[in-house]
Amino acid sequence: MKQIQLKQVSKRFGDVEVIPPLDLQIEDGEFVVFVGPSGCGKSTLLRLIAGLEDVTSGQVIIDGQDATAIPPAKRRLAMVFQSYALYPHMSVRKNIAFPLRMAGVDKAEQERRVTEAAKVLNLTDYLHRRPGQLSGGQRQRVAIGRAIVREPTAFLFDEPLSNLDAALRVGMRLEISELHKRLATTMIYVTHDQVEAMTMADKIVVLQAGVIEQVGSPLDLYHNPCNTFVAGFIGSPKMNLLDGSEAVKQGAHTIGIRPEHVAISSDSGDWEGVVGVCEHLGSDTFFHVKCPAFTAPLTVRASGELHLPYGSKVFLTPEPAHLHRFDDKGLSLK
Amino acid sequence: MARAVTTRHKTINTIIAWTIGLVIFFPILWIVVLSFKTEGDAIKTPIDVLTAAWTFESYGVVQGRSDYFKHFANSVIIALGSTLLGVLVAVPAAWSMVFVPSRRTRGILMWMLSTKMLPAVGVLYPIYLLCIELGILDSRVGLVVILMLINLPIIVWMLYTYFKEIPGEILEAARMDGATLRAELLYVLTPMALPGIASTVLLNVILAWNEAFWTLNLTAAKAAPLTAFIASYSSPEGLFFAKLSAASVMAIAPILIMGWFSQKQLVRGLTFGAVK
Repeated sequence: MKQIQLKQVSKRFGDVEVIPPLDLQIEDGEFVVFVGPSGCGKSTLLRLIAGLEDVTSGQVIIDGQDATAIPPAKRRLAMVFQSYALYPHMSVRKNIAFPLRMAGVDKAEQERRVTEAAKVLNLTDYLHRRPGQLSGGQRQRVAIGRAIVREPTAFLFDEPLSNLDAALRVGMRLEISELHKRLATTMIYVTHDQVEAMTMADKIVVLQAGVIEQVGSPLDLYHNPCNTFVAGFIGSPKMNLLDGSEAVKQGAHTIGIRPEHVAISSDSGDWEGVVGVCEHLGSDTFFHVKCPAFTAPLTVRASGELHLPYGSKVFLTPEPAHLHRFDDKGLSLK
Repeated sequence: MARAVTTRHKTINTIIAWTIGLVIFFPILWIVVLSFKTEGDAIKTPIDVLTAAWTFESYGVVQGRSDYFKHFANSVIIALGSTLLGVLVAVPAAWSMVFVPSRRTRGILMWMLSTKMLPAVGVLYPIYLLCIELGILDSRVGLVVILMLINLPIIVWMLYTYFKEIPGEILEAARMDGATLRAELLYVLTPMALPGIASTVLLNVILAWNEAFWTLNLTAAKAAPLTAFIASYSSPEGLFFAKLSAASVMAIAPILIMGWFSQKQLVRGLTFGAVK
């Protein structure tokens, strides 16, 4: 089994502990996404697995073997970087063939595998070009091509789509997911974009300040967040997290309700409020409603057809079955 | 707002630049002129020098008296040898300073540079004795090693600034692609830094070619390069003006031609990579 296991892995930079000791198991063939806000240690964690950073303590076990002291070149992992990190002095063909050349694969086999990878990634017409002559999306595909020719134990992606424009990002997201299905190889993917995490992952690892907050499938995290951080981070728009008397009524310090689980009506409901800004997306409309009972405005998802003027009085009613309750430490109350 | 540069300003600046350029270049021009005159004409007033007949006489005498090609060969070996050896040492040194720096890297760089502030004559005696002990006095090997060490701080500094421009992620990608340290330096870092390395090589060939203090003090007959060849015509007695000029022209011509053909790289080298 080509599992990747982290046992009490920690990382310090000088006096700063970026990652306190943590354990994590990644199964063979899984698509795991590390997600969290900037500076949460997700890229560092990926670099520890890659071997580009040395662990301060603990063990990295790859494919049953203790890889903690093995240099990155020998870990049989392939990595795609945010900046693509292509070799600017080499053609696309040579870029993709580079890992094979380093592994001493013979010329004919190199050529065969490069041609195959180019075909999969639609790069056949660009093989003779230099990276500088390619668009962002094409460069990213070359970087992926360079990773797949090695047939690695696992792929590591470090925010690979953040340099691309929004439309291209959606396309590449699908391509990477498709690639994962086809190759059935373990992929570890780092992103700060929870939409990427939700749409691509088999398993999401939510990180904050180097600590794993929760591990689970996208829907598991969406429906059963273990604390207010995960509740607020996963889902777009964010879950409404509400304090005050309404929360106390529910026997909690904080209650959480997702925008789609609040009904909006101009006649009657539990919470009275005033319509603020609304965002029309066509299929849905998001209303930002200011309720006197809460300090922060609530986001409510309604049908795309609904029109309510700015400043009009409305009533909101949460669906009790979808109400999340959290204690004063932010932990979920079951 | 774009800075307004009037035609008048441009003209004045051009005149000033040409004047400064000519003043700097004049001694070399004068040496070239004198080298084509007889010894008698060379010491006349400037006007008489210009009107006197042109001749290759001095060149013939210089070649006859001292073997130019032997000195030339020594200069080539010493300049190229010390530069290439220096680059071989400096590439890994600069690589480690840029990509795996320690807390002392900055200090080491400054310390290396500080050795250039030391008056060379201060260490002449120990180095001279060392050369005798090691049996490398008046040998090309000795000069190659010594000039390499003298210019090493500059080579390391130049490569350091060029390597700084290379994104570390590319070297990390090479490591992930299975490249050993040797392969990383050979196939990724060096080709990417090639323009910078070329500038460094050019500048250091010139520095080593023109180096006079150590070459004059540590050589006699066998390993004497062109600097010693010129110096042998500098005499307090007798008429040697034209011959000295001819020797100087013969010594600087190769490096001048090389400099002319590699101006762009050289400027990049002299400005430590500031010109892109």
